[in-house]
Amino acid sequence: MANRIPEDAVEKARRAAERQKLTRHRGLATWGEKLVPLERFRKAVDEAGTALNPEERADARQEYRRPNSEGPAPEAEGPYRRIAVFGGVYNNHCALAALLEEAHRRDAEAVYCLGDLGGFGPHPEKVRPLLEQGAVKTLQGNYEESLASGREDCNCGYTDPRDNHFATLSYRYTEAHCSPEFKAWMGTLPRQRRVRVGSRELLLVHGSPRRINEFLFFSSAPAAYFETLLDQHRCDGLLCTHTGLHWHRRLPSGRDAVNVGVIGRPANDGDPRVWFSILEESRNGIDVELVPLAYDHQGLAEEMRREELPEEFVETILSGWWTTCLEVLPPRERAASKY
Amino acid sequence: MTEPSVRAAPGNDLPPPRVRLAALDTLWFQVAGTVCNLACNHCFISCSPTNRTHEMMSLAEVEGYLVEAVELGVKEYYFTGGEPFLNPAMEAILEATLAVGPANVLTNGLLLDSERCARLRALQDASEYSLDLRVSLDGFDAASNDPIRGEGSFERVLNGVRNLLAAGLNPVLTVTEVHGVSGTEAGKAKFFDLLRGLGADKPRLKVLPVFQIGSEAERGGAYESWQKLRAGEVADDGWEHLQCSSCRMVTDRGVWVCPILVNEPEGKMGETLSDTLGSYPLEHPACWTCHVYGVSCKT
Repeated sequence: MANRIPEDAVEKARRAAERQKLTRHRGLATWGEKLVPLERFRKAVDEAGTALNPEERADARQEYRRPNSEGPAPEAEGPYRRIAVFGGVYNNHCALAALLEEAHRRDAEAVYCLGDLGGFGPHPEKVRPLLEQGAVKTLQGNYEESLASGREDCNCGYTDPRDNHFATLSYRYTEAHCSPEFKAWMGTLPRQRRVRVGSRELLLVHGSPRRINEFLFFSSAPAAYFETLLDQHRCDGLLCTHTGLHWHRRLPSGRDAVNVGVIGRPANDGDPRVWFSILEESRNGIDVELVPLAYDHQGLAEEMRREELPEEFVETILSGWWTTCLEVLPPRERAASKY
Repeated sequence: MTEPSVRAAPGNDLPPPRVRLAALDTLWFQVAGTVCNLACNHCFISCSPTNRTHEMMSLAEVEGYLVEAVELGVKEYYFTGGEPFLNPAMEAILEATLAVGPANVLTNGLLLDSERCARLRALQDASEYSLDLRVSLDGFDAASNDPIRGEGSFERVLNGVRNLLAAGLNPVLTVTEVHGVSGTEAGKAKFFDLLRGLGADKPRLKVLPVFQIGSEAERGGAYESWQKLRAGEVADDGWEHLQCSSCRMVTDRGVWVCPILVNEPEGKMGETLSDTLGSYPLEHPACWTCHVYGVSCKT
């Protein structure tokens, strides 16, 4: 065979190319796809962009933290002495009934739900009369937004195929078992409310004030982030849900950020109880109590099995450990989970 | 007189759309500059042992930006390079960062010996915020990974992942779609299996598309001229899926719009974060990739 390249020549060329890859930048910078003298790139960089003076920089930061809207803040509901707040019902009408009793027992003057009525559990239509009976003031969550607008998924944005599989099963069940009237009502729910407890004005949202499906976990949402958000929204506290995990952060400014928890499924801690929040005026401003709630979880599990909902969901209700949709957890929260 | 409509002009003459910074949620640091102990074929900023386009950042430099970031309410911090753990100040930088927010490190995994992993675990335990590590790999085995990332890298990466897992840190394996199969369901399943085999009981994976710039332009081909965004193609408020609407990137030479464009002087927006709170024109073809594929460098 003519002109055959010897194998060692191929290997030599490969090694030479490898060496060049490691050394080619000596004295040179990458400018897009070209190699240019380092000094030329640096000179171009030094001249690029905006350089404000110190006063302009301070103004820019102030402008950034400025309230989002001009004029007086929208009127707040209340003032109340004590309120009960929860999120994520996930069709769990058994927990909702227990919550309403507990809120009454604790003398809450108003009860707020931060959205996500459906998904996961059985019989979505059982939730609505309970909300009415308890005069629950409800916000729109991403579930309500999706159901009311005819979306094909819950808009949680999972990338893991297994999480998506279960999120889809859960969404389709709820969608098929909700009346058109119930879905239309979901579309009329507000996305935010402002509520006064004592002297404190609180902003109530589902995910975050920016996005209905933003996840705010304790280990991934720092104090500085909330301070800026509260400045921009002119309030003394933020109440959110959506993640399924409850927490309270007292900020350096004395204001509060609270994930009020969900009553639809346990908090991934091996305990079948679910969580909600009580906020109460106090001499120093506001007291936040995160409250575990026991309910007839065995009864709910039986009902889920009768409805042939995935056994993975039933396991969560009985064991307190999440079995699906774990990919969204930050590393600290994931490390504390069983699966 | 009516304003001329940009939509009326012929296609290629339209100006690029501008993306406003909706919120500075994510702050990136090119903490190791472009210096790396690998020289991967697909590296979109061509990092290598000799690439000093950007130099390493000192603890003091990073701390200066952290002060400004706290004032602006940044939500999360990401560290990349080059290889971040080549920076001798890296652990001190993480300690300073974890005092104010969650930290994410994008590493090639080569410098993760068991002593370092134990120290990283201690840093995480001392903070109320999460420390997340992302380790890059480009194949299921040495035969598919090493031609991209360098000879012997597969085994060394696996060793780093093993050390992290042994220290109780659960990294996200980050895979680019250099091999088409990587992003498929079957490909993802194989990477999950690989992680389980190393001891991960809760395997985590992120798949990224490749950017046709830097070394990747030579390997896989550069952009075509039509791969550009033009004003009017998307409504002005329709850019929130782009990371430049919520991030900035800090290097030793200033603040850039995003992690992708650090080798373009036009990508630089200013010297401090406060200089860069305005909008940015989506001029570069890489902006087209972000838009079309919905790319986010975040975990």
